[in-house]
Amino acid sequence: MKIKGFLRGFGNFIQRFYIVFLLIILYLPTAVLVMMSFNENTSTFEWTGFSIEKYKMLFENEDILESVVTTVGIGLLSALISTVLGTLACIGIMAMSRKLQTVIKTTTNIPMLNADIVTAIAFMLFFVRFFGGLGTHTVLIAHITLTLPYVILNVLPKITQFDYKIYEAALDLGATNFQAFRKVMLPDIMPGVITGFIFAATLSFNDFTLTYFTKPAGFETISTKIYSAVRTKGIRPEHYALATILFVIVLLILFIVNYKGNKNEGKKDK
Amino acid sequence: MKIKLSKKWLASPYIIWMVGFIVLPLITIFIYGFTAVDGGFTFENIINAAKDKVNMKALGLSLIISAISTVICFLLAYPLAMCLNNLKMKRKTFVAFLFILPMWLNFTLQMTAINALLEQEGIINLVLTKLGIEPLQIANTPTAIVIGMVIDYFPFMLLPIYNVISRIDHRLIEASKDLGANSVKTFFKIIFPLSLPGVISGITMVFIPAISDFAIAEILGGGRLLLIGNIIEQDFKLGRYNGGSGLALILMAFVLITMAVTSAKSDKEGGHML
Repeated sequence: MKIKGFLRGFGNFIQRFYIVFLLIILYLPTAVLVMMSFNENTSTFEWTGFSIEKYKMLFENEDILESVVTTVGIGLLSALISTVLGTLACIGIMAMSRKLQTVIKTTTNIPMLNADIVTAIAFMLFFVRFFGGLGTHTVLIAHITLTLPYVILNVLPKITQFDYKIYEAALDLGATNFQAFRKVMLPDIMPGVITGFIFAATLSFNDFTLTYFTKPAGFETISTKIYSAVRTKGIRPEHYALATILFVIVLLILFIVNYKGNKNEGKKDK
Repeated sequence: MKIKLSKKWLASPYIIWMVGFIVLPLITIFIYGFTAVDGGFTFENIINAAKDKVNMKALGLSLIISAISTVICFLLAYPLAMCLNNLKMKRKTFVAFLFILPMWLNFTLQMTAINALLEQEGIINLVLTKLGIEPLQIANTPTAIVIGMVIDYFPFMLLPIYNVISRIDHRLIEASKDLGANSVKTFFKIIFPLSLPGVISGITMVFIPAISDFAIAEILGGGRLLLIGNIIEQDFKLGRYNGGSGLALILMAFVLITMAVTSAKSDKEGGHML
């Protein structure tokens, strides 16, 4: 019995060790970015002392700040549009026949499953040929298309669960379709809608490939800005500060989303 | 009945969007891929792309690198999913969350950080030199690209596998043990077959982005190693749309083959949790 207990303890130890080991590897890049953001040394990786100089540099670098504003703007706008389009689509899809539903769901998943670069160049060719070139609107369209499947994925289960009898009851009691939607249906599916929106915005914030191919010259999001900078001159001190701030924001958003999800249903998503 | 009619109509803006911005752009690639610069129909783009030695070398390198990355991701993620599943309920959710979080971090910044670690005068070599160990020479090699891909795509392998494993009915495992099977047999006869949809889903979600990548190769390969994605990117940035489309169609064929092989068993819900 003792040996068995020892073996189990040893097994547990190995498992924990493995978990911690992989966490360290996975968070090594982030740790580097955070640590370097507070390193006084701006030319090499050697630690010379604590400093917030890099944050000052970040807030003085207008190019980067502009790319942050662009990223947030495109992210929020595309998430808003794809949430509205996607939610309406879900209500519509539910009313369709099985066959039609399958066709639509399959098509919806194409940008999610296809290689990013193929989706991106498809957009680029399409916009150049039929839209008269690339602009902010083409980036926006690409982002909306990319995020729509994720909105639908989050909203559709909520609509499936929704009890239409309540909706019909509202109509019987004299509500208009819009009133019934706003007062009865929307509050019920709201958790899915909000998660869909956050999902969409985060995806858009982090997108690189689609933006890279559909953006006009001079238009930069955080990702494309860093990519072109790193490609030509290597990482710059401000990038560390930016990365650290972004990490904290992502952490906060995910905690809020997960906490909300837990409160609403015990478990997020499926 | 009246409500149903009005509801269906709500999907129409989306359907128009889908046709306009999913279906038509894909058709555009085919148009460019099968036409010459003057607009005439041709197979030349694809034939030339397939004949070109540089292209084929890049495609080969892409296939090897993405296959190795996928295998490493799987070998690391599967045992991890089992370990996570053995944790106590409350801690389980939190630790799984920690593993999924990097999925939401800015990918270009992550790559930059990995480059800072692996560079010739990077952090790892700095530490090694201090310890008196010979510095590593992995900057700008395929190994660096594989490391980048594994770190970047790992959550996409872990998530579907973990989702499937955590949903396996414990009674099945107990039944197997009651019937006299040992742990190894239970694993190969019960757990692994049941987790296969997640595994397949994970393989797709790592292999497809890996084979079509160009940014990781550009940053961690120092611009010297060309993957198929890098060549497509160059073609398009230089305005060689027809040739680039031909190559993109070849890449798409690989994506479709991967999906065809995997979709039969793939777990559609596996990958879509936050």
